[in-house]
Amino acid sequence: MSFRSAVITFPGSNCDRDMAVALEQISGTAPARVWHGDAELPESLDFIALPGGFSYGDYLRSGAMAARSPITKAVVAAAGRGVPVLGICNGFQVLTESGLLPGALMRNASQNFVCRDVPLRVENNQSLFTSGYDSGETIHIPVAHHDGNFFADEDTLDRLEGEGRVAFRYLDSVNGSQRDIAGILNDAGNVLGMMPHPERAIEDAHGGSDGRALFETAIKGLVAA
Amino acid sequence: MKVHIHVSLKPGVLDPQGRAIHHELEALGFSGVNDVRAGKLIELDVADGTSDDDLDQMCRKLLANMVIENYRIEKLENA
Repeated sequence: MSFRSAVITFPGSNCDRDMAVALEQISGTAPARVWHGDAELPESLDFIALPGGFSYGDYLRSGAMAARSPITKAVVAAAGRGVPVLGICNGFQVLTESGLLPGALMRNASQNFVCRDVPLRVENNQSLFTSGYDSGETIHIPVAHHDGNFFADEDTLDRLEGEGRVAFRYLDSVNGSQRDIAGILNDAGNVLGMMPHPERAIEDAHGGSDGRALFETAIKGLVAA
Repeated sequence: MKVHIHVSLKPGVLDPQGRAIHHELEALGFSGVNDVRAGKLIELDVADGTSDDDLDQMCRKLLANMVIENYRIEKLENA
């Protein structure tokens, strides 16, 4: 059975090709490439990826415009039906702006764009996306963002922690995120948003391949299902 | 009708931009600046008779992110 995935491209997305290459390389099947103005997703998708970049030039707020584009409505509906959705960097910003994930991603506390490999701790390895890691394992994944400073009110943060929905946490100071949160899951566990870029760490030539397990386990779990 | 939408960060939400501006004002020698918060002003030109409810919905659905921001609607009657 082949793996049916889609990568959504907005005007200003710039990690869509990297994401498509990662999905094709690891699943053996090229993802459908879907444009922001499309009203519908391909049928019976196993996986949807919202890539990094600067959709709509980050106008108003990062991810704000993309979150309201026609295709995002279709992504929200698909997520509601249980289709796994992975949002990386700008994709994470789109997920919070669309309401699929709680909180908001604000300007980095340092005001600086941060672009480097960062150590992350895997906090929850029970999800579709993270079961290829050990709980508490340290992995190294690149970040490249200006607006990665995760904010949510204390009640929301406590709920995320209590429900095991913090997937990844920064091990050093990266962007001022509350409780060093780098990636979170929705309550059903089928939507993951994270600022670091696992698709940029899938082979040794990238300087590390710690991101590979995320795609491998997700794809394996979905094809087997 | 001209309408100004003032979007500001909620109290308690850290404002790195405001902090940087504050720091720079002090570096320029202005003392006595207690705090700086940076927000946005969005100027709308809307049809006369646009309802308050519509303006409110515009703010809630797009112009402000209610997780981190507040908004204030100012109608400029004679503009």
